Amino acid sequence: MTPDISRIRKDFPILDQKVNGKPLIYFDNAATSQRPIQVIERVNEFSLRINGNIHRATHFLANKTTEAFEAGRETVRQYINAAETAEVIFTHGTTESINLVAFSFGEAFISAGDEVIVTEMEHHANIVPWQMMCERKHAVLKILPFNDNGELRLELLDNLISDRTKILAVAHVSNTLGTVNPIREIIAKAHLKNVPVLIDGAQGAPHFKIDVQDLGCDFYAFSGHKMYGPTGIGALYGKREWLDKMPPFLGGGEMIDRVTFAKTTYNQLPYKFEAGTPHYVGAIGMAAGIQYMQSFEHKMLADYENQLLTEATSKLKQIGGLKIYGEAPQKSGAICFNIDGIHPFDMGTLLDHLGFAVRTGRLCADPVMDHYGVENMVRASFAFYNTFDEIDAFYKALIRLKAMF
Amino acid sequence: MTIDEIQNEIVEEFSGFEDWMDKYAYLIEIGNELVPIDPKYKIESNLIRGCQSRVWLHQEFTDGKIKFEAESDALIVKGLVALLLRIYSDRTPHEILISEPRFIDEIGLRQHLSPTRSNGLLAMVKQMKLYALAYEKISAKKQ
Repeated sequence: MTPDISRIRKDFPILDQKVNGKPLIYFDNAATSQRPIQVIERVNEFSLRINGNIHRATHFLANKTTEAFEAGRETVRQYINAAETAEVIFTHGTTESINLVAFSFGEAFISAGDEVIVTEMEHHANIVPWQMMCERKHAVLKILPFNDNGELRLELLDNLISDRTKILAVAHVSNTLGTVNPIREIIAKAHLKNVPVLIDGAQGAPHFKIDVQDLGCDFYAFSGHKMYGPTGIGALYGKREWLDKMPPFLGGGEMIDRVTFAKTTYNQLPYKFEAGTPHYVGAIGMAAGIQYMQSFEHKMLADYENQLLTEATSKLKQIGGLKIYGEAPQKSGAICFNIDGIHPFDMGTLLDHLGFAVRTGRLCADPVMDHYGVENMVRASFAFYNTFDEIDAFYKALIRLKAMF
Repeated sequence: MTIDEIQNEIVEEFSGFEDWMDKYAYLIEIGNELVPIDPKYKIESNLIRGCQSRVWLHQEFTDGKIKFEAESDALIVKGLVALLLRIYSDRTPHEILISEPRFIDEIGLRQHLSPTRSNGLLAMVKQMKLYALAYEKISAKKQ
């Protein structure tokens, strides 16, 4: 059963516009998704009618806001099936979540000579924080490579993990290759050797049913704005056994229990990791985005998104001289490609003039560019409000543009 | 011709195009016609590495004028590079310093010179001006 896409699109007012005189075709969902009116109205409610700083007062507005904020946390908890809300920390997004773990886990558990494993296909957000921590702690960063098909070379993982390995960080879904990594298998392998695993779920959480208890991951990071919620908000799931032992990342109000100049003690989870006034409107919006997704049957949306990706892939493969980067058997969300003799910047500029929003450049994944020996790529990425007609129009546009070069 | 006169000429050339695609087709044509930079000048110190595209800029200062050679790996950028060379190459430092590449805005392509574009163009213009400033100072010292 396919979703009623034209009805769904009506929920997204931004989709109904022209750019450069052409109907907008928004294929940059891996960068950010659009917000349904339900999320926009929920967010507006917290400026129009309800607003008060959370956890800090006993007055009506503060209470209402606090309730909504904590209800939002519960919504996130149940979305990922975390064991308790204390294991759900609101952050500014995936990048901050990973920085939090890299820093705090690093402080608690990493010493000179220890090892951290990331993969060659990671977004910079899941590389740079680890590099920074390794430099600070004199630890070693090891890389699990991927093959030209865009699949992680899992056969190398067992040898890569040593008795100095302290943590492994891997993407659920690659933002360039679209590869859906077998994270369950990776987590199992790592756990056999007592290595905890952080999953970068930025591209995974919007499209998959996440069950962190079932997966067994130790940390899972994701962003609100990629799942129909606002920017500036995200979440970090962490197992209590780790979070309890990790020192705070940022210091300030809310994350403390008692402050004296002699000594300060810290608050319990999750607040220990939520210093300062959070983006509570964002958190409430993120929860509204999740609830919007959950108002549809998940399988129906997932199947439809897969069909879009399959259709787009098949159409692009018909174009001579077009190379797709990453053809793993299981893919989600994004197709990265180049057309022989056409620079992605030129392609993206001309596509823009035909109304298409795609991403071009290095996609925050320099190692992926280096792997294929290219400077830039074009990326089209889909969500459940895209249509087969849009994909057809994209195909026709690429043919037309190809003729210009 | 002065820089200003050439800019007017360029704007005139583009005014004939109604359609965006024709403008870009023309820009691509100009880009294709641009004589490639001598490979020995395609070196790290001449490279302006934008996130979206790369630009190489080489310069030589003789007889009081700066000669520029430049190139980009993206054709649209190369076309704009060709136009920028048309107004700025073989000019005195002073001429370069007192003029702005207003033609880009006037042909409706201002967004390509925006810092957010990260295509290397804005950085290239800035670099050209820096060379002009340096050579002007050197020339002044010699007098």
